[in-house]
Amino acid sequence: MADLFEILIGKEGEKDYKKKPVIVQGITGKFGSFHTQQMIAYGTNIVAGVTPGKGGQQFENVPIYETVKEAVVATGAKISIIFVPAKFFRDAAIEALEAGIKLLIAIPEHVPVRDAMTILELAKNKDAIMIGPNTPGIIVPGIIKIGIMPATPFKPGRIAVLSRSGTLMYEVSHNLSVANFGQSVSLGIGGDPINGTTVIEAFDMIRKLDIDGVVVVGEIGGDAEELLAQHIIDTKFDKPVVAYIAGRAAPKEKRMGHAGAIIYGTYGSAESKVSMYAKANVPVAKRPAEVPMLLAGKLGGKKG
Amino acid sequence: MRLLEYQAKSLFAEYGIRIPKGVTSTNIEQGRKDAKVIGFPFVIKAQMAVGGRGKAGAIQKCHNADEFELKYPEIMQKVVKGEKTKAILLEQMQEYKKELYLSMFLNRSKRCYTVIASSEGGVEIESVKNQVIREVGLGHVDKNTAEEVAKSIGLKDNSIEEFVNLVQKLSKLTIEKEAELAEINPVAILNDGTLLALDGKVIIDDNAMFRHDELRKFQEVSELEERAEKSGFSLVELEGNIAVVGNGAGLVMSSLDMLSDHGGKPACFLDVGGGATTETVYDALTLISKMKKVKGILVNLYGGIVKTTTVATAFIKAYEDKIIDIPVFARMSGAEADKSKEMLKDSRTKMFDTVEEAINAAVIGVNKSG
Repeated sequence: MADLFEILIGKEGEKDYKKKPVIVQGITGKFGSFHTQQMIAYGTNIVAGVTPGKGGQQFENVPIYETVKEAVVATGAKISIIFVPAKFFRDAAIEALEAGIKLLIAIPEHVPVRDAMTILELAKNKDAIMIGPNTPGIIVPGIIKIGIMPATPFKPGRIAVLSRSGTLMYEVSHNLSVANFGQSVSLGIGGDPINGTTVIEAFDMIRKLDIDGVVVVGEIGGDAEELLAQHIIDTKFDKPVVAYIAGRAAPKEKRMGHAGAIIYGTYGSAESKVSMYAKANVPVAKRPAEVPMLLAGKLGGKKG
Repeated sequence: MRLLEYQAKSLFAEYGIRIPKGVTSTNIEQGRKDAKVIGFPFVIKAQMAVGGRGKAGAIQKCHNADEFELKYPEIMQKVVKGEKTKAILLEQMQEYKKELYLSMFLNRSKRCYTVIASSEGGVEIESVKNQVIREVGLGHVDKNTAEEVAKSIGLKDNSIEEFVNLVQKLSKLTIEKEAELAEINPVAILNDGTLLALDGKVIIDDNAMFRHDELRKFQEVSELEERAEKSGFSLVELEGNIAVVGNGAGLVMSSLDMLSDHGGKPACFLDVGGGATTETVYDALTLISKMKKVKGILVNLYGGIVKTTTVATAFIKAYEDKIIDIPVFARMSGAEADKSKEMLKDSRTKMFDTVEEAINAAVIGVNKSG
């Protein structure tokens, strides 16, 4: 399988090490254009935009192309971030994968499950990674930001953060940063039922990094946390892992904002997740501010 | 979107899945006419989007007109796990040999559809042992797989072919209607070996509704939820008296949890989406003002990029326009927080640095006002 960090950061000695080129699909939309500016300001190497009908124009000195294919040929980029509305996501994603994109950051919310599954299958065939849909993106603090997250909560460091929720990823990362736990990476899984990269897959991507610990921000719905807990046990992961789960007070069978945040029976309930985490020796914070305290306890005073 | 039983069954019928003869009504006058059409005895079934109806007495047999006059209004008034009866289905009673379980289910962690079947039907699937589960990708079930499942749950003779047909019809429905779950529980094996769907549960992918105008007629949202959807918010109405507002589903859920931990009672879950502008917050306050039970509002916004002053402006404007007159307990992280506090100094919106402080103040403030 493609290696996330090789695509995202590269290897030392490469000409574009830590400066990997990124394409923005939907660069001229309100949302896409705003976040393109924000990403450029952070230092992300945005090399091309794609908006059908606006090829040949520029936005913030970034050339716009008609198709992803043209953008890829012109720039050699392997990363694309998609901002198009959910209805158009499937076609945009197919276009990107067919053009040779290897890392797809899928921002749109409300993508139908069937479309996400279709794209996922294509991504697998093309040996590409999809993060999202409905993700805030991914940030390696101080190096690259591909997403819609604000820059301020994040600080370079040695804790990996995986989150099923956007704003909670900011909230928890902020709390970590304030407590001097910087992040080596913060990655948004996405709040949808079907994730291009699951919590376990993301966990396996970050576990080999030189990190001190992992924070997993989850929520009710599905069984990602339960499976992760079992995975931590099975693979004998021995670095500290701390979790947070949102939605303990949520009623059953009500979709709590995120398409994926829904409890059926006991499937997806917070109790089920907390008890599995307990077996894996993963403490679960009651509130975001408690995350750094639990982490400090696990690390025995060692700071990230 | 979770369909009611009679709605799910109308989809079943559309796909050629056999269902018992039934009629749906929402008042007893219509019910009496329906009773004549079906003929005694029949089953009176409350239509509500929740499991466990049988145990709760929301499904009852009815043998004659006297019983009908008693039971129809009783079942119409039923509330099960907070869900009210939306309509009443009168359904012909069936004689059968055995009950099975069958569903097409979107398995999120495996990221594929699964066929789940069992020789034990009529109980909640969590408690069913002997489940036969087969992964079927995007939902297509070929004949061999269906036949193998039929044999695995012990079917024999003509029931095998019946079951293969049933699975394939259910699979087609799941794919074409973009269902996350299509469940028949129980499937009845009649005395002649043919199969009949006695109950139905179908959940449609809300995000795919833009491709399914034909299903709009089943969509039932409260007026407030509809307004929320138009503004791009998600709203879940709850029982308490403190409205909970924030940007991002996770953050709002988190606020809801902490409020409950502190003894507060959430009146709603309102996610205004990732951003937070003067307009969105003003719209959210307008929406909340329509909920009479709300005595206070807890706001938890993670700004970051957004200036908190733009949000503060919304509160001031909402008071000026007399949209709201109840206290707001707000936590807004982001730029210019000090300036926002200054702006809100003389208003009924109190700003706090942490959500914990805002929650404490909200619980105390709302309890005091009764």
